[in-house]
Amino acid sequence: MRRIVVTGLGLVTPLGVGTDYVWSKLIQGESGIGLISSFDTSDLPVRIAGQIPRGNSEGQYNPDDWMDPKEQRKVDDFITYAVCASDQAIKDSGWLADTYEKQIRSGVVIGSGIGGLQGIEEASITLKERGPRRISPFFIPGRLINLASGHVSIKNKFKGPNHAVVTACSTGSHAIGDAARLIAYGDADIMVAGGTESPLCRLSIAGFAACRALASKFNDSPTSASRPFDDDRDGFVMGEGAGSVVLEEYEHAIKRGAKIYAELKGYGLSGDAFHITSPSSDGDGGYRCMKAAIKNSGMDISEIDYINAHGTSTPAGDEIEIKAVEKLFGPHSKNLMMSSTKSSIGHLLGAAGAVEAIFSIMAINNGEIPATLNLKNKCTDTDINLVPLTRIRKDITSALSNSFGFGGTNATLIFSKI
Amino acid sequence: MSDIAERVKKIVVGHLGIEADKADEKASFIDDLGADSLDTVELVMAFEEEFNCEIPDDAAETIRTVGDAISFLEKQQS
Repeated sequence: MRRIVVTGLGLVTPLGVGTDYVWSKLIQGESGIGLISSFDTSDLPVRIAGQIPRGNSEGQYNPDDWMDPKEQRKVDDFITYAVCASDQAIKDSGWLADTYEKQIRSGVVIGSGIGGLQGIEEASITLKERGPRRISPFFIPGRLINLASGHVSIKNKFKGPNHAVVTACSTGSHAIGDAARLIAYGDADIMVAGGTESPLCRLSIAGFAACRALASKFNDSPTSASRPFDDDRDGFVMGEGAGSVVLEEYEHAIKRGAKIYAELKGYGLSGDAFHITSPSSDGDGGYRCMKAAIKNSGMDISEIDYINAHGTSTPAGDEIEIKAVEKLFGPHSKNLMMSSTKSSIGHLLGAAGAVEAIFSIMAINNGEIPATLNLKNKCTDTDINLVPLTRIRKDITSALSNSFGFGGTNATLIFSKI
Repeated sequence: MSDIAERVKKIVVGHLGIEADKADEKASFIDDLGADSLDTVELVMAFEEEFNCEIPDDAAETIRTVGDAISFLEKQQS
């Protein structure tokens, strides 16, 4: 089977824009959670989120840097975020598809959990108040989830597979894993893969709050709201952003002298077949998913050093994930570090898996393990080091990243030093 | 320049993100001003909004240049 390596990274998150910038903030234990400023929250039970810092200073996001203002008007933010993260990743990889032969071997798989909910909300109001003739011709192509891939493909002339994933909070991980398989099967030599989400609108907060999924006790102390594995957690904090990686066939990367961040060693998938929003209490889905990724990697479980947990800060999910990890790793659990970076940036839904894959890769490259912020009282006894409050400096060779989504859909990725 | 012509040109410049002097009356939205077919649909919607009128689809298809739009709207508004 063809080997897959990572040769480019790109991030736009509540901590800012740019992989190195975001990583330094993350490692310093900064929080990207704050009061929602872009719309009225006075009648909503939740008034906090992880918002991308906007502006023109270092690490801030100005959409004009990534897309013509005329084009921005036609798309939802999730598409602009995907273009931002993917442009960074492609530039970082040094790959330029400047011939037809290169173009047809380059593809895109970017997913989103929800797509353009914000634009759907606005268009529904227009339809009701002003009638069908006032719906823009750009309404549909600006909301469709696969149009994130579409825009990245068009902008970079990537004419290979043009695909998208929609698996709720597992989207980003599935996109990376599926893109890797496309390369492994020979459909492409290089793929941009990732996830993107722009869920910050009234409809979305109202909907997730109705599912009782969001943290609602911490509106007055936003930075302490996302507290995975902590006794006081009461739900996740929604965040916006995107993460993209460039995946490449190993020999292809070596031949062109590309910088290699890590090898994607394993990819596992599973389904809970249990409930639309809750994981099964025995953690069987997550367990089988990690097990499948380990099997796919051909590694021994003792080779895993770090787990970037799904760890959303919901009462049920966090404990179930700990149990599933303990069940799979057995006595090796005591050597494991496992943190949830959602404590810092919130839950980026369809982007989460991709952003967290990048954090896992950065941990391998930098010898630093990001902390689980706000973890003061562990929700359950465990031998696993949950990296409370501050980062750990330690050279590691392999990291595993979990994503579990509504619908009982699970994905695990394993990255190793090359 | 008539008031209608000025308002039409302003909409074209704003929607297509072009420089004001490009929007002369002979300019074709698609061939000269970089619009695609969806842009032209949106332009017609913007004209309807600005001039508070309805432009039927068969009439919209005949509006291909800045001048076409001006003369159609001048007739309609008179």
